[in-house]
Amino acid sequence: MKHEELDAELDSFGDALASATRVTPGNALRPEDIAVNGQAPSEQVAKYALTLGDDSLILAQRLAHWISRAPELEEDVALGNIALDILGHARSFLTYASLAWDKTEDDLAYWREEEEFTSLWIVEQPNGHFGVTIIRQLIVSIFQHLLYRELTASTDETLAAIAAKAVKEVDYHRDHATAWTIRLGQGTEESAEKMRHALEILWPYVDEMFRDEQIHQDLEGVAVLPSTLRQAWDEQIGAVLTEAGLQIPATGQAMAHGRIGEHSEHLGYLLAEMQVLARKHPGASW
Amino acid sequence: MAPSASQESGLSAVPSYEEEQSQARFDALIGKDSRVEPRDWMPEAYRKTLTRQVSQHAHSEIIGMQPEANWITRAPSLKRKSILMAKVQDEAGHGLYLYSAAETLGTSRDELNDQLLTGRAKYSSIFNYTARSWADMGAIGWLVDGAAIANQVPLCRASYGPYGRAMVRICKEESFHQRQGFEILLALSRGTEAQKKMAQDAINRFYEPSLMMFGPPDDQSPNSQQSMAWNIKRFSNDELRQRFVGMIAEQVKVLGMTLPDPELHFDEEKKQWIHKDLNWDEFMNVIKGNGPANSQRLERRREAHREGAWVREAASAYAAKQAQSEVA
Repeated sequence: MKHEELDAELDSFGDALASATRVTPGNALRPEDIAVNGQAPSEQVAKYALTLGDDSLILAQRLAHWISRAPELEEDVALGNIALDILGHARSFLTYASLAWDKTEDDLAYWREEEEFTSLWIVEQPNGHFGVTIIRQLIVSIFQHLLYRELTASTDETLAAIAAKAVKEVDYHRDHATAWTIRLGQGTEESAEKMRHALEILWPYVDEMFRDEQIHQDLEGVAVLPSTLRQAWDEQIGAVLTEAGLQIPATGQAMAHGRIGEHSEHLGYLLAEMQVLARKHPGASW
Repeated sequence: MAPSASQESGLSAVPSYEEEQSQARFDALIGKDSRVEPRDWMPEAYRKTLTRQVSQHAHSEIIGMQPEANWITRAPSLKRKSILMAKVQDEAGHGLYLYSAAETLGTSRDELNDQLLTGRAKYSSIFNYTARSWADMGAIGWLVDGAAIANQVPLCRASYGPYGRAMVRICKEESFHQRQGFEILLALSRGTEAQKKMAQDAINRFYEPSLMMFGPPDDQSPNSQQSMAWNIKRFSNDELRQRFVGMIAEQVKVLGMTLPDPELHFDEEKKQWIHKDLNWDEFMNVIKGNGPANSQRLERRREAHREGAWVREAASAYAAKQAQSEVA
């Protein structure tokens, strides 16, 4: 049987259901479209796009590990979906950034060294148990939702367009993390304890997300100043934790400087795994 | 379905008037090639056969996620990573539809899952082979999903409604999966020497196991006749294998690769494909649990189940509290 025959046979069932996968034509602003039609950003804008792309890439890599390991099948699907969305954002930001240096998204993902990555420490943190992954996702999704909402007003049209697509998806990620935080916070004594533990080990990486860097100051109107998101973030996460019967833990804040290439000890392992095959075959296409 | 009073008292050998009437209605449905729906009466053997087949299929989707999940974090380009993630996630979705279809036959998902974790249920033996290189993502998509499609397209017309409908949706996605596998191999076949070698090696390893996915030859497949009479199965194992081997014999030429079968040819007189004798001893041995990854595959499921227990318990406790507060 040839592909065409198979298609005909499948079509004969008259069911117009599309694939559940996101890798279909018609999705606005795919990385491929940016690569073909996009205008190269300035060096500064590219560096900013790189920070957003790196956060998403590292987080997607972390989340992808859950696929086939989640507590129930529905969560294999949900975490897989979220990881796919976030990888899509990473690809868009990295592709846009790559145009400034005449490179590709893959050059940036696979051929940079650890100190050239600009990801935040929060996204580098290991998955831990399901509760750790959920709290990490809650922290990041609320942040990204606020960030992308502002970024839709960026004077850089490509960044604004990527953000416009991403903000809708991150809204769902935020709902997912919120629902699980409440469920696990209020569930059993064991689950509440696990959530308190998750908050304690992740909270030290919160302040880094909101630190304004030189690049944000230099790109007024293009970039979002992270510090301006803090108040709304505090209110939103506070409301979720209250409903979950959880509290903001009394931890200190780590001296985390991912934006300038100083990373947590976890990133090196993550990159080693992510890059190993590509680096074994320099110059190969896949 | 609960056993009837006559079955419980050991009188099941003598059907009641109602049972005879029900059997006649069922036979008429099958005779007209109509669909049997969950509320319809059906013979216990039909129910049992379908429950076994649909749940094995669901388990295969779930276990089948593992060899591919093994390469998600190492995928060599972001585009490939994205496609592979989508594919493995689709498989979890297929498992979910199929468990739902199986539940309509009266066995709960928890019970079916328990059968898998305790080793009482089978799943497709092919997933007990290891995915050793990136090219295996191509070979699994092209050959394993290809064989699955050849098996499954006729199942879209299976007599049991929920199964047939689930299969329509699944086949559409599988068709995409097979293409992405072929595309991976195509890219490798046009790549460096190392990539070509990787692709040929993967094809060599998956060719024979994929042909054995259709099950033993017809003269050694005792359950097939009944399944065909019930309109669950539409073609015999050997007919499906023929269809598949003919397809890949053509497609491998596009890749510029070869199938590891010097005997493979189309016999014009017999009008059929001749392939080498398959290693059924190995097939049986893998089914018995001695494949390279049987132990690893089951343990991954058990581990996910064990480590997720507190999450499921908390979700149930929360749901119970919510229900209580709604009542109050």
